[in-house]
Amino acid sequence: MSEAVNFKYIGTRPVRPDGVDKVTGRANYGADANLPGMIHGVVLRSPHAHAIIKKIDLSQVRLLDGIYAAVSGNDFPEVSSGSMGGEGGGDYKDLAANIMARNKVLYHGHAVAAVAARTRELAVEALALIQVEYEILDPVMTLDAAMAEDAAILDESMFTQGVDPKPKYPSNIASRIEFKRGDIEQGFLEADIIVESEFRTPTVHQGYIEPHACLASINEGGQATLWCSTQGHFDVRAASAKVLNMDLCDIKVIPSEIGGGFGGKTVVYQEPVAILLSRISGRPVKMVMDRDEVFRASGPASASHTRVKIGARSDGTLTAMSCWMAFEAGAFKGSAIMPGAMCIFTPYKVANFYIEGFDVVVNKPKVAAYRAPGAPQAMYACESLMDELARKLEMDPLELRLVNAVEEGVQAAYGPKFNAIGFRECLEVAKQHPNYTRALKEGQGRGVAAGFWFNVGMQSSAEVHINENGTVMVIEGNPDIGGSRASMALMAAETLGVPYEKVRVVVADTENAGYTNVTGGSRVTFATGMAVIQAAQDIISQAKQRAAATWELDEDQVDWQNGHAIPMPGVNADVEPLSLARIAANSGRTGGPLLGRASLNAKGAGPGFSVNIAEVAVDRETGKTDVIGFTAIQDAGKAIHPAYVEGQLQGGAAQGIGWALNEEYIYDEKGVMQNAGFLDYRIPVASDLPKIDTHIVEVANTAHPYGVRGVGETPIVAPLAAVANAVRDAIGVRITELPLSPSRVLESIDGA
Amino acid sequence: MSKMHVSASVNGEPVEFLCEPQQSLLNVLRDELNLTGTKEGCTTGDCGACSVMLDDRLVCSCLTLAAEVQGKSVGTIEGVANGDTLHPIQQALLEHAALQCGVCTPGYVVAIKALLEKNPLPSESEIRYWLAGNLCRCTGYDKIITAVQDVAQQMAKADKNAGEPA
Amino acid sequence: MGSFAYAAPDNLADALAVLEQHKNAGQRIQIFAGGTDVLVQLKAGDSEPRTFLDVKNIRETQTISLKGDSAFIGATIVCAQLYENLALKEMFPGLIESADLIGSTQIQGKATLGGNLCNASPAGDTIAALYANKAICMIAGKSGSRELPVEDFVTGVGRNALKPGEILLGLKLPKPNANTSDAYLRFIPRTEMDIAVVGAGVSITLDDEGVCVDATVAISAVAVTTLLVPEAAQALIGSSVDEVALQAAAQASSAAARPISDKRGTKEFRRKVVGVLTRRAALIAANRVKGEAE
Ligand code: FES
Ligand code: FES
Repeated sequence: MSEAVNFKYIGTRPVRPDGVDKVTGRANYGADANLPGMIHGVVLRSPHAHAIIKKIDLSQVRLLDGIYAAVSGNDFPEVSSGSMGGEGGGDYKDLAANIMARNKVLYHGHAVAAVAARTRELAVEALALIQVEYEILDPVMTLDAAMAEDAAILDESMFTQGVDPKPKYPSNIASRIEFKRGDIEQGFLEADIIVESEFRTPTVHQGYIEPHACLASINEGGQATLWCSTQGHFDVRAASAKVLNMDLCDIKVIPSEIGGGFGGKTVVYQEPVAILLSRISGRPVKMVMDRDEVFRASGPASASHTRVKIGARSDGTLTAMSCWMAFEAGAFKGSAIMPGAMCIFTPYKVANFYIEGFDVVVNKPKVAAYRAPGAPQAMYACESLMDELARKLEMDPLELRLVNAVEEGVQAAYGPKFNAIGFRECLEVAKQHPNYTRALKEGQGRGVAAGFWFNVGMQSSAEVHINENGTVMVIEGNPDIGGSRASMALMAAETLGVPYEKVRVVVADTENAGYTNVTGGSRVTFATGMAVIQAAQDIISQAKQRAAATWELDEDQVDWQNGHAIPMPGVNADVEPLSLARIAANSGRTGGPLLGRASLNAKGAGPGFSVNIAEVAVDRETGKTDVIGFTAIQDAGKAIHPAYVEGQLQGGAAQGIGWALNEEYIYDEKGVMQNAGFLDYRIPVASDLPKIDTHIVEVANTAHPYGVRGVGETPIVAPLAAVANAVRDAIGVRITELPLSPSRVLESIDGA
Repeated sequence: MSKMHVSASVNGEPVEFLCEPQQSLLNVLRDELNLTGTKEGCTTGDCGACSVMLDDRLVCSCLTLAAEVQGKSVGTIEGVANGDTLHPIQQALLEHAALQCGVCTPGYVVAIKALLEKNPLPSESEIRYWLAGNLCRCTGYDKIITAVQDVAQQMAKADKNAGEPA
Repeated sequence: MGSFAYAAPDNLADALAVLEQHKNAGQRIQIFAGGTDVLVQLKAGDSEPRTFLDVKNIRETQTISLKGDSAFIGATIVCAQLYENLALKEMFPGLIESADLIGSTQIQGKATLGGNLCNASPAGDTIAALYANKAICMIAGKSGSRELPVEDFVTGVGRNALKPGEILLGLKLPKPNANTSDAYLRFIPRTEMDIAVVGAGVSITLDDEGVCVDATVAISAVAVTTLLVPEAAQALIGSSVDEVALQAAAQASSAAARPISDKRGTKEFRRKVVGVLTRRAALIAANRVKGEAE
């Protein structure tokens, strides 16, 4: 699809179909559902970061008036090990133990029991009556501590995977991974210049504004209905069924509108608990986390430690890249080390690379996916060091990247050969961008960095129903987290040739949509979009059949254009074009309603590349960094709804800036998080940010009918290094640990 | 525990409700009056999702006792649109794609309305500082700010043409 | 367990009576103004049942008066009312700035000057500005009223000098003459929504030659209470508020600070930056007297 295509609807910016409900407060989010007779569930959480549960006594709380149910880990079935798949990965057994601790608590805030009561306040009060006896263990709070020889072990049955021979002793290192190509030593020998450094990033949270919330109701026959805010209701169903040993067909999950997720709502926390409490009490049970619980017990994203070494010739050509990286997984194995390792060197053509990675458990909440999981941490390290390399080579940092940029036909570090990709184009746009060349004042600095995320496809289903007046219903299964209904409607409108306004998009529940993977991995517009297009094409072929029958022509004598069936060029038929509306109106006579469908496992997700330019001003007396300009350039393949694509670029930039400057989990020596609220977990506020300029590059993804590649995740990858490089430029010192908080920056300035 | 009886006006209509003395206005709006358009993001005054008008002041309903509103008027997101017509602010947010997940949006609508009533043509920096208490994690704020700038211009023009406040 | 109650008397006598009643009955009562701190405390641990005595319907606490040679600001005047009052802003620009810095627009619609003071956080933004302006607390009790300098009012973290049965009605501030002005600056990692990591309030009086004849310097979030730093004031007095004097004042503030390290900042950072803010605030205050643009 290299030639320019004229689209009628794609590329326009209509108002989203669900918009009115969302600006008027009508839209129902996770905590907005209520049922008659509903009671409220709350969770008792561990006051210790690491302890053995010796005894839990629920007898007193069960006696309290107004308490309808109380459960602990003992009330859940045993769950056997098994991979969860999906974006976050992980193991069902761990998931079950994370939802409700069994035998051991592994982080401050770990769920140990839950009660359901007439009111939330009563339930909270009742928690005090639950007696838990703990044997407190040493908390293991950092990668260094966890990987130390004499570290306290979180899980005695965990032996490091991926090392040969199989280790004899248990370890906090869940697994070791390795990727390599070429001869790394030779590569460094060929280098004229070698740079190396190590980088650290803190634990951060996705920070969605809507806390996790659900409402469960189970009937006497054991059939449960669950309303919840999730990125993937089919995954909630699968996880709940597994954790409660129920049959999939006995759980119906109705997704509410979702108030942000960024990967953090691909995971299940309260849902199975609510179902169990509902089963015991015989009443609908609502559970809503408060913000403190969201921070302490959901999310976060891995803290990381990465050592990188890069060798290059004096013309900038890279000869070798190597790294050692360790990611915190939190309480249970399964950090994003794998995708991090798959991303770290991917933007560059380099014959010799070596990547070693470690997945490490610590006494913090189990990490969840966070927008391009693993990539921001990994590429912060690589792109910071690339900046140093450019400085050493006295080369323009964009030029250095251009010299080495991957392009079509190159074999990616993680395996496949690239199809058409837009990395070079992004770099060229950046180089020409006025924000790259405008003059800066004293104390200001500019930094650039590249971002990469491979994007995923996975399974999607869609149906297209044509109403009897020709209007269109699209039925799909991805919760709309950022305007995807608009994209689906645009693609359906484009395919069918009917106006956007005539298309409605329904995000249907687990009983009314075909199986669909999560809203995540930047897959929705790509994969579910493809399903919608195919379902619309199914409609077209049916509509052509109906027209052929009406006109007494052969099917292949009918064409479809602008929403109408017409005879193929050269077919001699004296007939008027038949609109979709006409065909629909007659459908009773021509074979029944028009119903198109498609299901697929989408292949060929187009990788997403970006280049960001950050401009900062640093107050040398206080260490405070202000971002004064930010430019996000990214290849979208084809922007279906450009305004929402820009929104992804801007939102990801803001999150990345927060990660770079202020966001971090702060723990005390006992492993208790000190800043579990938006007051001290400082996400950027409106006055912290400048306008975020965007530029959408469009190098079509050949695997998608309209050229789409995912755009949701790549935007958060480059900002960390872009900001860090800008601060380096402004203060003349490289700080190798995030966040670049005022104290850290001031210390570096004063120490320089 | 004895509940308190409170009479107030909510979105221009007289309302009576019973509440606990320590219950927040947010709680009463959402759970007793079924006005779930006002959202809860933190209950500690840090996110602005629960923004409402209390008489002529923009406040966090999570930091307001329900008992405090006795005899006062409360304005929520549900009262912003006029019949079947969206308020220009709501329309502008839609047209600028200034919401992604939308959970922060009701709070923004209420806060922006309060801003433009006090300061019809705010500068970008005034907009950003006024809205600093409304967290949005999705948009990076850019399109929200643009929407406010745009609607401020529109409303000012409309005011001038009509010769009276809209 | 007791139970919660809420009372909002519309006059001082009734309010004092409610206080007295609870005192005699040994029941817990908490004076309630904007509630922006109280509701957070209620949520974050202090959920003990008690009576909330809402004092914002009492006329005295709702008054702003600029008559005579001192200004009176009622305890329940909300921050937004302060910065919307142009005469006040003109008179105490630093104090008004400090009110404008507290929390969000939403918080400023409810948070009160008296509440910020009574809550007595070491990081309370208006407190340093009140110190710098030599504010006097006007306190009412059953047996009459009393006055207390603001620096004697704050007695510790979250503690104030109100005795059971007393209410803070408001603050009396000597009106500055034409040669006096003030400034307040705080440091936060973001631009808004944070609690001060450090703060500095400075009031300065210059003579016609531009020589500093009086100064008050108060610093916050560097000790258990806001601190007056007479050494910093002395460094400014007698100077033309030049760089040498400013540096000396900065050093005096840094030396006077007794900070701790916590989630909001390190000791070293606080000690250094409180000096920086002292210098910057003094300069702003001096420039304000001179009528120079900032
Ligand atoms: S819920 Fe009130 S400010 Fe967050
Ligand atoms: S649109 Fe999601 S928080 Fe604002």
